[in-house]
Amino acid sequence: MKQFDYVKPGTVAEAVAAAAQPGAVYLAAGTNLLDLMKGGVSRPDRLVDVTHLGGLDQIEHLADGSVRIGALVSNADLAHDADFAKAYPAVAEALLSGASAQLRNAATVGGNLLQRTRCAYFYDTASRCNKREAGSGCDAREGENRSHAVLGWSENCIATHPSDFCVPLVAFDAVVEIEGRNGRREIALDELHRLPGAAPERESALEPGDLIVAVRLPPAARGFAAHARYLKVRERTSYAFAVVSAAAALRIENGRIGEARLALGGVAAKPWRARAAEDVLRNVAPTADAFQEAAWRALTDAKPSGDNAFKIELARRIVVRALTLAAAGTPARIPALPASSFASTSGAIHA
Amino acid sequence: MNHSISLTVNGARRDFVLDDPRVTLLDLLRERLHLTGTKKGCDRGQCGACTILVDGKRINSCLALAISHDGADILTIEGVARGDQLHPVQAAFIAHDGFQCGFCTPGQIMSAIGMMSEAQAGNDPERIRECMSGNLCRCGAYAGIVDAVLEAQAGMDESNQRRSA
Repeated sequence: MKQFDYVKPGTVAEAVAAAAQPGAVYLAAGTNLLDLMKGGVSRPDRLVDVTHLGGLDQIEHLADGSVRIGALVSNADLAHDADFAKAYPAVAEALLSGASAQLRNAATVGGNLLQRTRCAYFYDTASRCNKREAGSGCDAREGENRSHAVLGWSENCIATHPSDFCVPLVAFDAVVEIEGRNGRREIALDELHRLPGAAPERESALEPGDLIVAVRLPPAARGFAAHARYLKVRERTSYAFAVVSAAAALRIENGRIGEARLALGGVAAKPWRARAAEDVLRNVAPTADAFQEAAWRALTDAKPSGDNAFKIELARRIVVRALTLAAAGTPARIPALPASSFASTSGAIHA
Repeated sequence: MNHSISLTVNGARRDFVLDDPRVTLLDLLRERLHLTGTKKGCDRGQCGACTILVDGKRINSCLALAISHDGADILTIEGVARGDQLHPVQAAFIAHDGFQCGFCTPGQIMSAIGMMSEAQAGNDPERIRECMSGNLCRCGAYAGIVDAVLEAQAGMDESNQRRSA
C-alpha cells in the first residue's frame, strides 16, 4: 500500500476543504477503499477520515413523509431499523442480501453508493483498464466477461456497478444530498452514477471535495410498502455480488396497478431504472402477461458485451419473478435468505 | 507524522503511537500486542478469519485502519473466556467438532458471539448459515459450526429465560 497522509477534520467544511486537494479521497469504513489500496488499484496521497464527523449517522423520518438517512449510518443499522424496514422493505432486503454481516456492520450508506466496480480487470493492475488508467484500453472486452454489462456499456468499459442497496433506492427516486466547495446541493441518485461513454474513469457526478452527507427517499416511496421486493441471482446463495438483481414495487388499488417501480442491478455501470417497463404496468391488472410485457420493455435496449447474452434472458425472468413476488405481497418478515430465489418462504411460482 | 490513539482491548486500556497510518487493527493486535488469536487469512475482507468485535459489533479487522478507531472498545478471541472457564460458544465448538485445522475458528467464534448479540438468527439453521456466511472454513466444518451455534444460542435463550423468570 502506498504511503498517504491522514487527516481527521472536525467539521464538514474542513473535510470538504481537505478533500478538494488533488490526490485526496474520503475514508469512511474503508471496506472497499482499503481493499483497493492494498491491491494498488487506488493510490491516494491523502485520506480524509469522515467517520467522526457529527450528525451524519441519523435516520430521520421527516414531517412530509420522507426519510433522510445520514451518510454514516451503517448498512446493518439501516436494514435492522424496524421503522425503516417496515416502510421500505425492499431496501432493507437489498441491504441484507449484500456482502457479509461483518461488512454490513462497518460499511456506510455513503460508501455503498460510491463503491467501485468488481470487474476483475479493474482489480488486476497488470491488466489494461480505462477506468483505472484512462486511455489504457479494456482487457475485459476480450476477456472473461460473462458477468459484465448488458445495458449502457461502451467499447471503452463494460463494468457493472455492484451495489444492491442502490437498486431499490433508484426505483424509489432517492435524492443524494452533497456538501461541496460551493455549499449544499442535491441530485437524483439516478444522476449520481455516470455511464462509461468515452470517459469511464469519471464514475460519478461528484466534483473534487464533494461529500455525500445524506440520502433521502421522497414521501411517495412509502406508498409501495405492501408490495415491494428485491430479488438477486448470485453464484452462491450468500455473500456474493449479483449476477442480475431486480427491485420491484407496486401500488395496487382495486385490483389494478396504480403505479409500478422497477430497477435492475448487475446489468450496467449504474443502478438501472426501467421506466419504460413501469409505464406499461400503469393502470393494468397485475397479471403474468403484464409482467412479461414489462420484462420485455425493460431489456429492449440490452445487448451482450461479451460472453453474457444469458444475462438478458435471465434479467427478463428476474423481472417477471420479482414483480410476481411483489404482487403477492411483502412478507411479514424478511426471508431467512434475503432476496434469494431459493428462499423457502418466497412462495414464488417459477415464471 | 506520529499519531497517538488509545483503545480498550479485552477490557484493558492500551495506548499506541502510530508512526504509519497504514496499520490495520488486525496488524496492531498481532504485531504490537502479540494477540495472534485473530488470524490473517486473506487480508482483503473475504474470509472472516480476522473477525473481532469493535464496540460490540463484529467487523473484519483487516479492513479497519487502527488510526480511525481511536477510543474503540475491542474484544478478541483472547478476551472471551473467564480464566479457565470457556465462553459457551467456545465450549459448543469443541462439543460439536466445529473445526478441523482450527485456523478459521477464532473468527468463527467471534462472528457467532457477534451474531448472537445481534439477535438476528434465532434457532433457524438456514438463518444461522446466512448470518455466518462471512466466515469461510476451508476444511468444510460447516455442519459442526451450525450445530455449535445452535447449541450456544439455545443455552443463551435458556439463561435469558432463567434471568427473566
